[in-house]
Amino acid sequence: MNAAVTDVIAARVTERSWRAEARAVRAVWWREMIRFADDRVRIVTALIQPLLFLFVLAPGLQTLSAASTDGVDLTTFMFPGVLCMAMWFSAMISAASLVMDRQLGFLREMMVAPVRRSSIVLGKCLGGMTAAMLQGVILLALAGLVHVPYAPVLLLGIFGLQLLIAFTVTALGVMVATTIRQAQTFNSVMQVLVFPTVFLSGAMYPVSGLPAWLGVLNRLNPLTYAVDPMRRLVFNHLDISEAARHRLAPGVTWWGWRVPSLAEVGIVLALGLAMLAVAIFQFTRTE
Amino acid sequence: MPTVSSELHPLPPPAIEVDDLVKTYGEVEAVRGVSFTVARGEVFGFLGPNGAGKSTTINMLCTLAWPTSGTARVNGFDVVRERDDVRRHIGLVFQDPTLDGQLTATQNLRLHAELYDIDPGAIPARMDQMLEMVDLTDRRDQPVMTFSGGMKRRLEIARGLMHSPRVLFLDEPTIGLDPQTRSAIWRYVRALQEREGTTIFMTTHYMDEAEFCDRIAIVDRGEIVVLDTPEALKASVGADRVAVGTEDDDAALTALRDRFGIEATIAEGAATFHVASGEAFVPRLFAELGVGITSVAVSRPTLDDVFMRYTGTTIRDAEATPGRERSAMQVFSKARQ
Repeated sequence: MNAAVTDVIAARVTERSWRAEARAVRAVWWREMIRFADDRVRIVTALIQPLLFLFVLAPGLQTLSAASTDGVDLTTFMFPGVLCMAMWFSAMISAASLVMDRQLGFLREMMVAPVRRSSIVLGKCLGGMTAAMLQGVILLALAGLVHVPYAPVLLLGIFGLQLLIAFTVTALGVMVATTIRQAQTFNSVMQVLVFPTVFLSGAMYPVSGLPAWLGVLNRLNPLTYAVDPMRRLVFNHLDISEAARHRLAPGVTWWGWRVPSLAEVGIVLALGLAMLAVAIFQFTRTE
Repeated sequence: MPTVSSELHPLPPPAIEVDDLVKTYGEVEAVRGVSFTVARGEVFGFLGPNGAGKSTTINMLCTLAWPTSGTARVNGFDVVRERDDVRRHIGLVFQDPTLDGQLTATQNLRLHAELYDIDPGAIPARMDQMLEMVDLTDRRDQPVMTFSGGMKRRLEIARGLMHSPRVLFLDEPTIGLDPQTRSAIWRYVRALQEREGTTIFMTTHYMDEAEFCDRIAIVDRGEIVVLDTPEALKASVGADRVAVGTEDDDAALTALRDRFGIEATIAEGAATFHVASGEAFVPRLFAELGVGITSVAVSRPTLDDVFMRYTGTTIRDAEATPGRERSAMQVFSKARQ
């Protein structure tokens, strides 16, 4: 540098610090938010599927199942499952953006920045979580329509579980996205992953008394451990008969042992952390 | 370039120091041992046909690819061991766009500033200055996807400069742009170099652009063929270039050898050679060649001639001839892509 450059507003890049990393995480998150807010179509479409399940499929099936739900509306029964499902869908869409970033070149801009790759992954995850949560909260606001009371403890509990699911599913999506280079491939993989996972999770049926093979697949499905605590939480706040509670929210059992909600939450959290670690590892390894 | 021993005077390190850098992808030797030094504030050009190893070299200097062997230091930092230090001090403009089209120009710059941890107070002023430099002030709040190719490239340059890098890497910065935009980009690059003393390392395969550089390295098949100032390189050719279109190229080559003692080559469809005084030679050519002449072109030495002199082919032919790759393979008994 010499004296002739005084009129130049020089920017200074500081040494790497946790503050700088936090700033990078926030910047990546901020970008996700701008893109999310811009994409109104996505906000609406991501809500359509859960709403279809809740207000079209459930009332329709109600005509078949009224006798076996002990007076509980099928819509009410499905509500916790649909909440989980909605998080699942929208977090996947967020993760897809990482593949698009790679394809459209923007990923390179982030990859060459003097920040940890883990900060970029974290920012992405937080962005996906926030987007999923915004949609989750909209669905949660509909609780009254499906006869779920607006009890503060319940709402808070659901919110916490949604946050947990959003985290784990986004981590899963980002993990898959770090290994896939083509948006089309990612979409196919997600198609194969999303629906079986939702159908096997018990989001739409009670998980007791299933055929043996289905019971096994259900227990192996991570989403099961998100749906179950959510349903138990909601059913604890419903004014229904003990028989209905027992039949509709039986809880997940391992060889007859009923897995406590807290353990289920722990499983989902541990899975999320593990997948995040893999995602960061994959991402850091890339040249 | 004046060089002073750094042991006597603790000068800042050169902008770029490269020593015997090699990069192989499996069997393919993309870069086979290049060495050079770029002084601070220099505009340094890497010139060569596609596939010569330019982008691979730039990727290694930018810490985007690991060298197979050899060392490279940018701004005094080792590109492998001090990767983040290197990254903090360089700006990058890639061949392929890396902007977020959904974001506006200012949002793209802001994001960059945040990722590079630029002092928040300095961001708005720096942003204004960069946008003004590349003439995008009036489009600052529009989404980048509405920009033309030239505007996007200008914005990329502005973004690459947001954090006042000591070295700016430009990988084919003007590829695919119209001549007007190309010269505008060169104006920015020059202005920048004068105002901020930024070192500029660029690759190009446009010969005429290399003239803007302080020094250029001509690279071919992963090696530096020659490195000097454009003037010195042109002087080294020292002769006019004569390109003769004939009815029978093979006969013309033989005639040139037998009657004039000139070794010509066929380049871009014409027998091409160098003589000290081109204009004076043309009448002799018509009188004595004995092969029908369809066209004659005489030109002062350009970097094209330099490239030809050192590689034996024109840059366009080098890119158009797949067979050349094969002969390279035979010569070095190593496959490359």
